[in-house]
Amino acid sequence: MHRQTNSAKAVDGVSLEIGTSETLGLVGESGCGKSTLGKAIVRLLKPTSGRIQFGAVDITRSSQRAIRPLRRDFQMIFQDPAESLDPRMNVRSILEEPFIIHGLGSRAERIQWVNDLLDRVGLPSSAAERYSFEFSGGERQRIGIARALALKPKLIVCDEPVSALDVSVQSQILNLLVELQQDFGLSYLFIAHDLSVVKHVSDRVAVMYLGKMVEVASAEMIYQDPRHAYTKALLSAIPTPDPRAKRPKILLEGDVPSPIDPPLGSAFGHRMRHSRYEETVGMDLGLREIVPGHWVAADPCCLSDEDWECLRS
Amino acid sequence: MTGTSSYILEVDKLITSFETDRGMLRAVDQVSFVVPEGKTVGIVGESGCGKSVTAMSIVRLLPQPAGKILGGRILFKGLDLIHASDAEIRRVRGGEIGVIFQEPMSALNPIHRIGRQVAEVFRLHQKISKKDAWDAATEMLQLVRIPAPEKRMLDYPHHLSGGMRQRIVIALALACRPALVIADEPTTALDVTVQAQILDLIARLQSEMQMSMILITHDLGVIAETCDEVVVMYAGRVVERASVDELFAHPLHAYTRGLLHSIPTLGTRSKSLLNTIPGRVASLADHSHGCRFCQRLGRVPASTLGRPLYAEVSPAHWVETCPDCYQP
Repeated sequence: MHRQTNSAKAVDGVSLEIGTSETLGLVGESGCGKSTLGKAIVRLLKPTSGRIQFGAVDITRSSQRAIRPLRRDFQMIFQDPAESLDPRMNVRSILEEPFIIHGLGSRAERIQWVNDLLDRVGLPSSAAERYSFEFSGGERQRIGIARALALKPKLIVCDEPVSALDVSVQSQILNLLVELQQDFGLSYLFIAHDLSVVKHVSDRVAVMYLGKMVEVASAEMIYQDPRHAYTKALLSAIPTPDPRAKRPKILLEGDVPSPIDPPLGSAFGHRMRHSRYEETVGMDLGLREIVPGHWVAADPCCLSDEDWECLRS
Repeated sequence: MTGTSSYILEVDKLITSFETDRGMLRAVDQVSFVVPEGKTVGIVGESGCGKSVTAMSIVRLLPQPAGKILGGRILFKGLDLIHASDAEIRRVRGGEIGVIFQEPMSALNPIHRIGRQVAEVFRLHQKISKKDAWDAATEMLQLVRIPAPEKRMLDYPHHLSGGMRQRIVIALALACRPALVIADEPTTALDVTVQAQILDLIARLQSEMQMSMILITHDLGVIAETCDEVVVMYAGRVVERASVDELFAHPLHAYTRGLLHSIPTLGTRSKSLLNTIPGRVASLADHSHGCRFCQRLGRVPASTLGRPLYAEVSPAHWVETCPDCYQP
């Protein structure tokens, strides 16, 4: 998948699959392209090249008109519910809108459905007559979730759904998302920069760096046995809420480079000024399966010598 | 006029209010804590708990004219900051007390070069020539580990990345080698790997320069890794205060426990239910005088009895002793 904006490749040659009832966590730092990827998957953006297949349907090049009936199946939850909810519509209108757009139900049925949705996300039915700004951040996110659920989608892209919330509210929303997945068999693409949160909700985790996937594995594997140097650094940087656990940190130099003028070879090798960087220019740094179910970029700058030898042979 | 106490800062029963449409609201309601010399005190709490207002009260940078300090005492090296003259405050702020703000872009002037902004701090607080101030500023950029400092002196803030800008803000705050630094969410806007760099830098400079620090954050992980002592605030009040080891090992207030248990860590089982704190932080205007955490949980009894006593229940461990929330 590519998306071209002023010839910056925000997402570059990324491949991934999400299974039914599965959560794929997507982590990476700001500007790594994780949100762009999320938006491309629900076709809020049109990819420059590549293929997005939803079930049996290829939606990569579908027109907006053709994609509309399919949108029932894939929805999105945004980071800032205050910005993604229309302040001039009351909650009932916000939640009713998807049904109206898709021509579903009578007025009486829609009223019932809205009440059911509110109940499902833990809001009283009286919330329907109020406006989004009358709610707290956590409650607004519940409204955003209710709207995403309205059409009984199969996949929900959650783009930083809890990062604007206070910790005590964050856990309420995470619990709700996990429950809903179990009840409705939902698949999630869960995008976040907080690795502890991603670990908590995900079955598999994909790590992105400067528009490219660098490691994909089960949540347990990626946290217990990370292979890529960037994943290791990212994990070690998480502050641990335990004063007795003095974990050594891997301190990275510099910042994430700009996607407008990316390094020619390994982007992370370039940031670390790795001695083998020159070798990676022109090399295929795509993902390879190092052990069953554990994929890592074939990048000599970012792997242990042992892993690199293992991948080469 | 240094006193004999080993505290560089003493905040005692501080009350800060804001004038609003709904009357005077106490954003900070009798907050007391101390900062021991050379130590880092973390203030943690959710948005709206008053942690930033407490910090801004110390350096008298409250939004004007709405914000007012209505009571209490703030002693910095024996100087009463609440009643100090504007001239005295200007000398202390940026001189003996440095402030690191959360959003580096708004702490820096977008239309002046980095060099001019850092040099200005030296010109304001020291009798020093322009040339010497420029050299001192270059040295400061080097100290915060900015590569090629001579070149960066000529850049504008928008030329730099978020992490580099935060280094500049740290350089500004530390330029006059302050005795106390107040860092208000210094890494919240940054990515985790950059956060780790900045926290490491702050810790190193703190020990090199022997500074005391107040670190305001909502992140208990950051608290655990950087602080010596912790102040937990809820709805304008301190509910618990202890050393970092003591607080994480033996939290005594229900709110502290709730906070500690609701964060997912790498150790929690995937998709298991997390503990939550029911309800939400109410608006300050809706709180009564009684225990405010009880009000969040919808508990009435203790709140009708008036404000719970804030007491030292074991050496250096202070708790708001609401009969329902204090769980020894």
